[in-house]
Amino acid sequence: MAANGLYNAQFMDHAQHPDYKYQMEDPTMSHEGVNPSCGDELTFSVRLTDDGVIEEAAFTGSGCAISQASADMMSDLMVDKTPEQAIELCGLFGRMIRGEETDEGMLGELDEAVMLRDIAHMPARVKCAELAWHTLEEMLRDNAGARDAHTAASAACERDHGSDGIGA
Amino acid sequence: MLTAAQLERIATNPYRGDFPLLAKNPGITFLDSAATSQRPEQVLAAERTFYETMNANPLRGLYRLSVEATASIEDARNHIASFIGAVDDAGRPQGSQIVFTRNTSESLNLVAHALPQAVGLGPGDDVVISIMEHHSNIIPWQQACAATGANLVYLYLDDDYTITPEEVEAKIGPAAKIVSVTQVSNVLGVVNDVAAIAERAHEMGATMVVDGAQSVPHLPVDVRALGCDLLAFSAHKMGGPMGVGVLWGTAELLDAMPPFLTGGEMIDSVSETSAVWAPVPQKFEAGTQDAAGSYAFDAALDYLEAHGMGALEERERLLATYLTDELSALGFVRIVGPTEGTRHVSAVSFVVDGIHPHDVASILDMSDVCIRAGHHCAQPLLAYLGESSTCRASVAFYNDKSDIDALVRGLTSVWQVFNGS
Repeated sequence: MAANGLYNAQFMDHAQHPDYKYQMEDPTMSHEGVNPSCGDELTFSVRLTDDGVIEEAAFTGSGCAISQASADMMSDLMVDKTPEQAIELCGLFGRMIRGEETDEGMLGELDEAVMLRDIAHMPARVKCAELAWHTLEEMLRDNAGARDAHTAASAACERDHGSDGIGA
Repeated sequence: MLTAAQLERIATNPYRGDFPLLAKNPGITFLDSAATSQRPEQVLAAERTFYETMNANPLRGLYRLSVEATASIEDARNHIASFIGAVDDAGRPQGSQIVFTRNTSESLNLVAHALPQAVGLGPGDDVVISIMEHHSNIIPWQQACAATGANLVYLYLDDDYTITPEEVEAKIGPAAKIVSVTQVSNVLGVVNDVAAIAERAHEMGATMVVDGAQSVPHLPVDVRALGCDLLAFSAHKMGGPMGVGVLWGTAELLDAMPPFLTGGEMIDSVSETSAVWAPVPQKFEAGTQDAAGSYAFDAALDYLEAHGMGALEERERLLATYLTDELSALGFVRIVGPTEGTRHVSAVSFVVDGIHPHDVASILDMSDVCIRAGHHCAQPLLAYLGESSTCRASVAFYNDKSDIDALVRGLTSVWQVFNGS
């Protein structure tokens, strides 16, 4: 058999032993993403510091190895990023996965997630790889307004932090 | 289990060399014929011959080329009619009952648009389909029911993947106006007894539609023996070109059904305010048809008939049995459908323990093994079976034992990638 390509040891480690796959205790926001065509579904959560920086990222859910590995690598990448930086990285990942961005220097910003670049040649799997990134980007954009309001509002809201988050 | 003699038969392959894509790519294991078949050289040559020797727009032309193009379409109609047993009592093929469409989906959309008007479908009436339909035989009926107020009723499967006579009797009652069922499931590969379902439908005064997309390519199909009223299928799943579909119907029904698409070629006369339809089948064929495709489909039928549908069916049955047996022997594979190979027409669905079907297909692709993974355009069936997706391998007569052996080796590699050796 030919080399397993994408499905190498490093990739499989993310897929089968994800570090960031767990239910976060007190997320600032959570969001669900679904690929109806493959049955992949994941809920992505982040907690922001008072300064608005992502201090913790985690996900739950189920899906194919690509969706799981991609979510794990993305989570690792997003810690210590601002929402604006995170949205920027989601855009870069999307351009890589669609084959629109191939510059090594640029792609280096995606850290380990660069290993998913070959999915540009597997069009049927693009949705699997993008699920986590779309979910995060959508959540951050949807919550941009709410987050500002949240920061201004009293800390009373904090009692209501549930898994559905403020944007649900 | 196959006998040594049967194994020897599927180990030899007198067909693969006729299919240029397969002949030129010996490393490719093509096990996705339920999605589309490969095409023999004769069909590719026919497509070219049409454009080189008789290319002109058919029907209206008053010159030799157009007349030849028109004749080629009519010849194809008659050939298709005879292929599916649409003949009169004297055995003459009824080409006028063959409507060309783009594919099975378009044929079924035509039926779901026109048949309700012809039979007066309305509130309180039932349209009965089965849970194992392809989306192409579900959504058009959902739309038709929404437009008319009719009820969409499902025939369900028992634990043995069978639509039982009791289920047929219970669901097809006096309220049934239309029954539309696939002869072979594109997911499970099982055959439905559409002749018995047609008999019940007719007893209740309903019209019987059969989705033949997965049956006409693999089984000798005779519309008179089936007793159906309408039959839809596609050329591209049986060696013909993509973009050519067929709707066969009884003369009475096709006459009674209004047109689906309107415009050029489908009228006798047009005034500022109205039009008079052309006779069947032109009434249903608006715009320029794929005449070269029809001509090439004709050649595909020649190819199948030269080898004999009975012989091809028997070979495919052996291949499906070997496929089912080999998959069953892998401890980490679970077949979704009957475990008896002889019950599978071409397709066998399965899942690999703990591994998403899309990952299975992607890893198999790395060794050039082509299978399908997903919901196979049958989401209601998968939901009913409690599966979110499956892998599907499907055989055709141009496959041989080595293709299935390559799949088994590939699946073993898939398992090792996820679980170590």
